Amino acid sequence: MSAQFASTLEVGTSLKNHTGSWRTERPVYVDRLPPCNNACPAGENTQGWLYQAEEGNYRAAWEEIMENNPFPAIMGRACYHPCESSCNRASLDSAVNIHAVERFLGDRAIEMKWSAKTPASKSGKRVLVVGAGPSGLSAAYHLARFGHDVTIVEAGPAIGGMMRFGIPAYRLPRNVIDAEVKRILDLGVKVRLNEKVEDIPAMMGSEGFDACFVAIGAHLAKRVNIPAPDAGRILDAIGLLRDLESEVPTAPQIGRRVIVYGGGNTALDVARSVKRLGQEAIIVYRRTREKMPAHDFEVQEALEEGVQFHWLRTVTHMTGESITVEKMALDKDGYPQPTGEFETIEGDALVLAVGQNVDTHVLDSIPGVEHDKDGVVKVNPSMMTGHPGVFAGGDMVPSERTITVAIGHGKKAARNIDAYLRGTEYVPSPKHALATAERLNTWYYSDADKQVQPMLDDLRRRNTFDEVVGGLDESNALFEARRCMSCGNCFECDNCFGVCPDNAVIKLGPGNRFQFNYDYCKGCGVCAAECPCGAIEMVAEEI
Amino acid sequence: MQEGTQRVKFYQTGTLTVGNRLLDVELRTVQATTDRSNAITSGHRACQGCGEALGARYALDAAMRASNGNMIAVNATGCLEVFSTPYPETSWTLPWLHSLFGNAAAVASGVAAALRTQGRHDIRVVAQGGDGGTTDIGFACLSGMFERNDDVLYICYDNQGYMNTGVQRSSATPPTARTATTPAIGGEPGNIFGTGKDVPRIAMAHEIPYVATASVADLHDLEAKVTKAMSMHGARYIHVFVPCPLGWGAPTNSTIRVARLASESALFPLFEAEHGEVIASSPIRKQVPVEDYLKTQNRFAHLFKPERDEERIAVLQQMADRNIKRYDLLREEVKA
Amino acid sequence: MLKQIEGSRAVAEGVALCRPQVICAYPITPQTHIVEELGALVKTGELHGCEFINVESEFAALSVAIGASAAGARAYTATSSQGLLYMTEAVYNASGMGLPIVMTLGNRAIGAPINIWNDHSDAMAIRDAGWIMLFAETNQEAIDLHIQAFRLAEELSTPVMVCVDGFILTHAYEQVEMPSQKEVDHFLPPFEPAQILDPNKPITLGALVGPEAFAEVRYLAHRKQLTAMERIPALAHEFAMNFARDSGGLFHPYKTEKAKTIIVAMGSVCGTIKDVADDMREAGHSVGVIALTTFRPFPFAQLRDALKGATKIIVIEKSLTAGMGGPLAAEIKLALGKSKQTLYSVIAGLGGRPITKDSIRGIVERVAHDELPDTTFLDLNWDVVNEAVGGAHTQLIEKHTNHKPKS
Ligand SMILES: Cc1ncc(C[n+]2csc(CCOP(=O)(O)OP(=O)(O)O)c2C)c(N)n1
Ligand code: SF4
Ligand SMILES: [Mg+2]
Repeated sequence: MSAQFASTLEVGTSLKNHTGSWRTERPVYVDRLPPCNNACPAGENTQGWLYQAEEGNYRAAWEEIMENNPFPAIMGRACYHPCESSCNRASLDSAVNIHAVERFLGDRAIEMKWSAKTPASKSGKRVLVVGAGPSGLSAAYHLARFGHDVTIVEAGPAIGGMMRFGIPAYRLPRNVIDAEVKRILDLGVKVRLNEKVEDIPAMMGSEGFDACFVAIGAHLAKRVNIPAPDAGRILDAIGLLRDLESEVPTAPQIGRRVIVYGGGNTALDVARSVKRLGQEAIIVYRRTREKMPAHDFEVQEALEEGVQFHWLRTVTHMTGESITVEKMALDKDGYPQPTGEFETIEGDALVLAVGQNVDTHVLDSIPGVEHDKDGVVKVNPSMMTGHPGVFAGGDMVPSERTITVAIGHGKKAARNIDAYLRGTEYVPSPKHALATAERLNTWYYSDADKQVQPMLDDLRRRNTFDEVVGGLDESNALFEARRCMSCGNCFECDNCFGVCPDNAVIKLGPGNRFQFNYDYCKGCGVCAAECPCGAIEMVAEEI
Repeated sequence: MQEGTQRVKFYQTGTLTVGNRLLDVELRTVQATTDRSNAITSGHRACQGCGEALGARYALDAAMRASNGNMIAVNATGCLEVFSTPYPETSWTLPWLHSLFGNAAAVASGVAAALRTQGRHDIRVVAQGGDGGTTDIGFACLSGMFERNDDVLYICYDNQGYMNTGVQRSSATPPTARTATTPAIGGEPGNIFGTGKDVPRIAMAHEIPYVATASVADLHDLEAKVTKAMSMHGARYIHVFVPCPLGWGAPTNSTIRVARLASESALFPLFEAEHGEVIASSPIRKQVPVEDYLKTQNRFAHLFKPERDEERIAVLQQMADRNIKRYDLLREEVKA
Repeated sequence: MLKQIEGSRAVAEGVALCRPQVICAYPITPQTHIVEELGALVKTGELHGCEFINVESEFAALSVAIGASAAGARAYTATSSQGLLYMTEAVYNASGMGLPIVMTLGNRAIGAPINIWNDHSDAMAIRDAGWIMLFAETNQEAIDLHIQAFRLAEELSTPVMVCVDGFILTHAYEQVEMPSQKEVDHFLPPFEPAQILDPNKPITLGALVGPEAFAEVRYLAHRKQLTAMERIPALAHEFAMNFARDSGGLFHPYKTEKAKTIIVAMGSVCGTIKDVADDMREAGHSVGVIALTTFRPFPFAQLRDALKGATKIIVIEKSLTAGMGGPLAAEIKLALGKSKQTLYSVIAGLGGRPITKDSIRGIVERVAHDELPDTTFLDLNWDVVNEAVGGAHTQLIEKHTNHKPKS
C-alpha cells in the first residue's frame, strides 16, 4: 500500500523552489567605518580591538592596538579621546569609556611583559629619526617593525618629548612612559640623547642613512609682551614643566602665588602641577570657561584641586606682587572685547601658557624644505618635505598639536618612508563609509551604564604627583568593552541568521561571519533592519 | 525574561540579539545554532518578510530541540499551511499533518491519543494555526482540547486577520484596523471597538497547565516559553504575535520592528500563566505611545489622515494602559 | 456465542472485538447506546489498549479519529443525522487523506424539522464523500459488516461507513451470533498503516493540490472504490469461510431468479420486503428482492446483471432528493442503462414512518396493474398535503411526471 498521491509529500522538497527569483533588492554584508576609528588621529582600529577585548582576548586586543599605536598605556591616559566624543553609544546612554579599556590593556601588557612583534626580515635600510617625542618614537617603532634599522637622535636628555614634558606625572606616571618606550627600544631602535642635529643631509650622508624623519615638536614658547619690572618673574609653561621633570619634582623658586596665563591644557598642567608643589595656582584666561581650549574634565579636576580661575581677563602688566588685568566681555560672535575696566590679582610669578612655535633651525639649511612664518614645516600627503627622503611630522607640521596626532604622523610617515625605501608608493586602503548612528538598530544593546574610573582622594591630589585617575579592573574593563556596539562591523550576533523568514542566511562559524543564500533570499530586508550594527545593506537588483 | 534563561548579561551583544558569541553554547538560542532543525525550510512561498513563517520556525525549532526531534505537528488551514505545502513541494522537515481549517486542536488530540495507546510516550504533539483557525473557526475544538487537558501544545500565530483569504477581519483583528471586511469608511472606520476576543485569557479560564503570549520580536522569550511548555504535559497554549506585512500594509523589512512596537506600546502584552494564574510578564523596556506602533501600518492610516483621529487613538492608548495595569508592565525590573 | 442483545450493544461488542485504539464520539440519538457501550467497555478494561475520548462535537470526533488514524491507531467513531452533517467537512477530509477510519452511522432523518427517527437522508447527504458505504440489513450483519469494514478500510487505506438503521436495528433486541476474539483476530490482522506520522521517517500529510494534479487525485479515489468493488465480495467470501455466515458483499439477491418484478432496497426494510415477496409469490406474483449492502462503491454492472431477468423494478428507499426524487432509484436507473425495464421509485419510511407489509404489497400490486407513477410517496397523506398547498397539488405532479397513474 503506497502513500496518498499528491497530498502526501516527501519532507524538505521545497528546497527545489528557488524563491531568490522574487527578489528586487539583495542584502549584502558591508564593513562600515566606526566613528571611533574614524576619529582616532592615530588611526587605531578601536572597534576592532574592543571586539577582541569583549571576548577577554586581551593580548589580541592589545596587539590590535599595537598595529597602529605603540603606546596603549600612555594613550589610555593622555589621549583626549576624540573616539569617545564621536562614539555612537552616546546617543543611547553614554559613550564607551574607550580610553579606560585601552589603558587597562596597556597596563596589562606592561604587567605581563608582552613585547611588540618583531619584523620577519631586515631590509638593510637605515633611517634617521630626529626627535624622541611621540611622533619620532611612533615612526621608529613602525619603521623597526618594517625591518629597517632606526636611530633616534634627541637633543634633550630624555626620551618621550611632550609625553614627558607636556603631561604631568599625576596624569601619566613616568614608569608607564619608560615601559612603553623600552618596548620600542627592544625592537633594536637605537637612541642618542643630548645630541643636537645640525645638518641632516650631511649626517645622512656620513652615517649612511637612507631616509630621515624629523619630529622635533614645537618647543619655542610664544611670548606676549607684558611689561614687568622683573622679567625673571615671567616664565614659559613648557620650560617650567620641563624643569619639573627632574627625579623629584621641586617647586621653582618663584614665590607662593603663581599666575598662569592661558586657557589650554598646558596652562592647566602648569597650574595643577604648582598646586601640588604647595603653591597657589591662579589661571587667567581671556574668554569664558566654555570657550577654554582645555578639556572641561581638566578644568573640573583643577577646580576640585583648588586651582583658581579668572575668566574674561587679559593681563596688561605686572608689578611687584600683583598683575593688572583688564576685564573682557564677549561680543556677539563670542570674541573677547576689552571693557576698559581693570583689576589687580596678587601673584609672585606669571607663567605664560599661550602656545609654542617650532624651532626650524635644523631644517633651515636643507635644500627644498619650506616652512611658514610660525616655523610649521610644509609636507606633502606622504609627509615628505620638499627634500627627497626627508620626512617630517608631529607638532612641527600643520595639524592639531596633540600626542595622538603626533603618533599618527609617526605611523603615516613610517609607512611612506617604508614605501620610499622600497621604491614603491604607499597607498592607504580606501576608507569605508561611516557607520552613522541612524544605521544602527540599538534596541538590541542591553542597557549598560558606563564604568567610571576611580579617582585619587582629594588630599593626595592636592599635594602629590600620584596618578589622579585610576584604572578599571578586569571585570569593569571587560564590561566596558562589551558596551561597544561594534558600529558598522559584524560582531556575529546571529540576528540575520535568526530573523530571516526564509532561512537564507548561512552561518559560517566563529570568526567567519555569515553569507547570504541568494537561492532563497526573497529580499525582504528584515536582516538589514534588525542588524544591530548596520553591517547589512540592501542593494537594488538589476532586473 | 524567563527564569533560568540568559541570566548572564553581555552588553555589547546583549541578551536581546538572536545569538551571543560570548555566551556558553548551551545558553544560546536555538535559532543561533547551525544545527537548529529548520522545521520549516527554505523554498516556502510566504510573502517577503512574513512574520508567520518566522514565528513558526522559531517556535517549532524550539519545540524540536526540547523534544529531541520527537515531535509531530498538526496544522490548521491558513497561510502557514498554504505557503508551506503546495504540491509537489513541502517545506516541513518534521512529520506534519494538515486536515482542516477548524479542527487542528482535535486532530492533534487524536494524534496524542494514538501515540498514547501505542505507548509512544516519547513523541510530543504540537498543533498550530492562524488566529482565524484558532480564535474563530477552530475555537470549539481548541476549547475541547483544553478542557480535556489533552497532551497538546497549541500554538496560535496571530496576524490579526484572515490573511490567506485576502485579509478579512477575524476576532483577533484589533479595533480600528482596516481589513477587507472592515473597510476604513463611514462613521466608525475599520474594525469597531468593543468586538473581538482575548483567547489567551479564555485559555487561562480553562485552567490548563500553561498559557503564554509571545512575539517574533522577542526570540529569547518565545523560545523559553516554548521550551517550558514542552517540559509540561497536558493542554498548553502559546499565542504568538506575527506581523503580516502584506495584510497590515507595512514594509517587508519592518516585521520585527512592528512586533516590537506592539509589545513596547503594551498593545500586545507578553505574559505567561499556569493553571489559570498569571505568573510572569515581560516589562516594557522602552515604552512608546500606541501611535508609534499604529503609524507603522497602513491598516491604521485613517487614524492619521486626513487628520489625526485623536479620539480613537486615545481609546487605543487606553487599551494599552489597561494592559500595562493588568500585567504590571511598567514595573522596575530588579537589575541582575 | 449466541446472544439476545440490543443492536447497539451488538455493534459495540463487534467493534470492540476489532480492537480499536482510539474511539471518539459525541452523543446523538440513535447512536448513543453504541458509544455508551464502548465507553463502558474501555472504562472497565474489557476493551484495553484503547482511548475513549469524549469530544465536544461530531466535527471534533471525526477530527480526533483523523489525527489518531494518521498517527497509526485504529480509529472508530459513530454518529447519526445532524451529527454526520456537523462533521461533513471532516468526512470528506478523512477519505481524501486515505485514512482507514470506520464509522457507524445510526441512520436518522435530517431536520428541520428536527426528527430523531430512522431514514437514510443522512447517509445520502454524504454519498459523494468518498467513503465506502455499507448498509446492514440485520443486527447480525451490522456486527459482521464492522469486522469486514476494518479489514477493508485498512487494506485499501480508505474510510468505511457502516449504516445501521436507527431504532429499527440500533434499539432492537435480536439474537445474534457474537464471534470470538480469536476468530476476529484471525480475520483482522493488526493495523499496519500505509503511511504514518513518525519522527523517524517524517512526511507531510495533507498538502495543497492544484489543478495540475487534482483530477488525478479524484480519479485515484474513484479507482480505489472500484478496487473495493472487487475486494468487498472477496472479503465477504473469506468472512463466510471463517465465520460460516453470509454477511456483506455487494448485495443479497433474494428469489430473484426468474422474478419478473424485483424490489431493490437497503437496510432493515429488506426483511419486511422479503416477507412480502414470499407472501406474494404464494399469491402467484413473481417477485424477488435485492438487498443492497454496498452503496459505495455502487455496483452498477453487478446490479444490471442481477436485474436483467426482471421487467419491472421497484426501488424502495428511505430518502428523498427534493426536486429530483429517490437517489437510489436514480442510480439504479443508471445501472439499467438502455434497457427497456420499467423502474418505479418509491420514497418510503421518511422520518421513521413505518413501512408496512400492506403498503409494500399495495405497491407491488399497483405495479402489476401498471398503476404506479414513476415516483411514489408511500402512504402520503394527501389530505394534509392538499390542505397545506391549497389543493392544486395533483395537477402539479401530473405536469412534471411522465407516467400518469390510471386511477
Ligand atoms: C471551513 C473553512 N472555511 C473557510 C476557509 C477559507 N480559509 C482558508 S484559510 C482562511 C484564513 C486563515 O486565517 P488565519 O487562520 O488567521 O490564518 P492566516 O492565513 O491569517 O495565517 C480562510 C478563511 C476554509 N479553508 N475552510
Ligand atoms: S499574507 Fe501575511 S501571513 Fe500570509 S504569507 Fe503573506 S505575509 Fe505571511
Ligand atoms: Mg491570521
